[in-house]
Amino acid sequence: MQSKAETIGGLPVRAPRLTGFDWRGYIVYLFFTAVLLFFAVTIGDKGFLTVPNLFNIARNTAMIAVIAVAMTFVISAGELDLSVGSTAALSALVAALVIQAGFGMVAGVTAALGAGLLVGLVNGLFVTGLAIPSFLVTLGMMQFVRGLDMRLTYTNPVPVADNTFNGIFGKGYLFGIPSLLVWSVAAVALGHVVLRYTPFGRQVLATGGNRVAAAYSGIRVNRTKLYCFLLSGAAAALAGLLFTGMMSTARYNYGTGIELAAIAAVILGGTSLFGGRGTIIGTFVGALLIGTINNGLIIMGLDVSEQNMVAGAIIILAVAFGKKPAR
Amino acid sequence: MTNLLELRDIEKSFATIPVLRRASFELRSGEVHALMGGNGAGKSTLMKILTGVYTKDGGSLVFDGREVELSGPRDAERLGIAMIFQEFSLIPTLTVAQNIFLHHEPRAGGFLNDAEAERRAAGILSDLGEDIDPRALVETLSVGACQMVEIAKALSKNARVLIMDEPTSSLSEAEARTLFSLVRKLKSEGISIVYISHRMAEIFEICDRITVMRDGHDALTRSTGEVTMQQLIEAMLGEGVEASMQYQARPISATAATVLEVENLTLEEKVVDASFTIRAGEIVGLAGLTASGRTEIAEAIFGLRRIRSGEVRVDGKPVRGTDQAIAAGVALVPENRRTQGLVLEHSMHDNMVLPNLARFTRGLFVRDGAGRRAANDAIARLKIRTDGPDKVVGLLSGGNQQKIVLAKWLERRPRLLILDEPTIGVDIGAKSDLVEIIREIAEAGTAVLVISSEFEELLAMSDRVLVLHDGRLIKELEREEIATEEVLHHAIQG
Repeated sequence: MQSKAETIGGLPVRAPRLTGFDWRGYIVYLFFTAVLLFFAVTIGDKGFLTVPNLFNIARNTAMIAVIAVAMTFVISAGELDLSVGSTAALSALVAALVIQAGFGMVAGVTAALGAGLLVGLVNGLFVTGLAIPSFLVTLGMMQFVRGLDMRLTYTNPVPVADNTFNGIFGKGYLFGIPSLLVWSVAAVALGHVVLRYTPFGRQVLATGGNRVAAAYSGIRVNRTKLYCFLLSGAAAALAGLLFTGMMSTARYNYGTGIELAAIAAVILGGTSLFGGRGTIIGTFVGALLIGTINNGLIIMGLDVSEQNMVAGAIIILAVAFGKKPAR
Repeated sequence: MTNLLELRDIEKSFATIPVLRRASFELRSGEVHALMGGNGAGKSTLMKILTGVYTKDGGSLVFDGREVELSGPRDAERLGIAMIFQEFSLIPTLTVAQNIFLHHEPRAGGFLNDAEAERRAAGILSDLGEDIDPRALVETLSVGACQMVEIAKALSKNARVLIMDEPTSSLSEAEARTLFSLVRKLKSEGISIVYISHRMAEIFEICDRITVMRDGHDALTRSTGEVTMQQLIEAMLGEGVEASMQYQARPISATAATVLEVENLTLEEKVVDASFTIRAGEIVGLAGLTASGRTEIAEAIFGLRRIRSGEVRVDGKPVRGTDQAIAAGVALVPENRRTQGLVLEHSMHDNMVLPNLARFTRGLFVRDGAGRRAANDAIARLKIRTDGPDKVVGLLSGGNQQKIVLAKWLERRPRLLILDEPTIGVDIGAKSDLVEIIREIAEAGTAVLVISSEFEELLAMSDRVLVLHDGRLIKELEREEIATEEVLHHAIQG
């Protein structure tokens, strides 16, 4: 049945899938290559292609990448998490306050992860227990947690003097590679393996692909979704630690707007906004694409308003090109 | 032969409405047992109890000689009871192999072993005699292939009982043949099959025994060789209902104006070169398989689909686009009333006013009083069972919801009324009410086009039946040419 092209009334209904290369699934790679080439040609001589600058891109992309990996799970399961940005700031502040109070790095990191998981747990319970759309739950949570962030230190920054912490989570290097890049690659590798090769990953894709069918197959769809929100909370906490390490300071406004950048990275990468289809590698390239565009535009000398307009337009174009024609 | 499973005196109510009343059903090993009955007879509720989706209120379930309680689908699965669903219950975004082994995937050291799953899936599929690529995404498969995948999925869990719900309803003749030989093969391997269908010919061909349900009770159980089609129909309909579901000839004057003319209609999708006409007061049925393009034709007439070539004329004037269609007096009652026909959260009265806002508006304001009067009128005229026009529509039964959709459009006194599956999911009592209402509408001079998969109702209403196959109108049957449902079955399968 696979081999014969289906026709109805002599008109082909659907092109046979297995013949021909469907480049639309790979649009993010094409765009990424195109953007790299464009910047290499236009601003290659202004330092775009140097190793420090490329590391710079990787560093600035790390937080988006870490959050986007978890977001891929959430979106693949058919949900959305808008609260990640303010949760990252919450975790940053919690870690910095605990370290400042003298409890040490391990306690600080643990407390930050605990804060992230708690937010994820509350999100997950509202979405699965009360069947409230995750868009609404996490929209409210985004605002609530941001308010909490501001209240925690009355918007004062909290410096972190622990150099081990700052090294591990921000400024340091591992075998000559910036630790921020190590973190994001580790998150991507772990996410890729879990989504592709573990029962949990399969349950996530099945839940997002057809919730009822997944439940009839014995998958606990609500528990699967809850785990996705916990994962998202933990990833937001890690992003908060990375922000803090990079700046040696925690601030209430970290991660503002990062939820949208992460969602853009996920969708650019080829994950379906409607669930059931997800790719972590695509997400990572999507995040790199966004980071590269931002970096290149700065080097080109565009001001913030122009950067925003160009970056927004490129995202729309990439998604438009990647869209399958309506049947 | 011994019974593999017995459902004894099963009781089930939803809210306070009893759906099953001492319903019993038994299944022997290696038997194909047909389960028949009209909509609302309780077939699917009984099967959902057997698969653990619902829990019974009373009665007992004996499986393999032991009494068992099912508290969820997993319990049924453990016993080896699997349902092949009528509607799509696979994950479209996963591959065939991934679907077959969903939630019982072969593993290698904690990780999924897709290669092994594909190998085993290929084995099961070739045992079934099916040529389906285990690595193909399910969303790329035909309906028939999806059904095979579901059967393979059940077999991968060592199912001993397969429940097939209307398995041929969206299959072509050739696919149905393949399915029948598969059913015989499974039976010879000792697998028991519950075969839910309303297609007599199929049932007589492959089933060993037949149970008919009516009003939540098993009305008849007999070996296939010991029962006639007439006896089955009587068991299904009971007394009383039959009269309204008999065709009643309505004289249509030879001079009645032609309301709808469809000429060489070709759409972007499916429909090719369709031509037909409907006169005032005439009810024309449109029959065909689910994907034959029936809905597309209806939507094109109503202006919802792009027309590649050809023309639609209403009262002689060409019509393009929904605005023109509505202005010309065309009304469409869509297939899915819950998503397309009603605002479920609103009251009946608000729903009725919606398409007729202009008539119920004075100045800037909606005249609520007039809308309420119209709603009360409709409740009386269409026998809608509700507490009143302010009741939220979502709380009413399917049959009553459908009557409200009809009421909404009747307010406009349409020239042409198009009904897409008007009685889907409606109980038999409301169904005969709806048939009556549609007849009355036609008698008042409206041209009616009815799309339906239920031959019983097509035959009860239609003055003519158009048969659609693969997007083409292949037959036009005059009333006299259609003696039984069998004629229609044969016609639509091309």
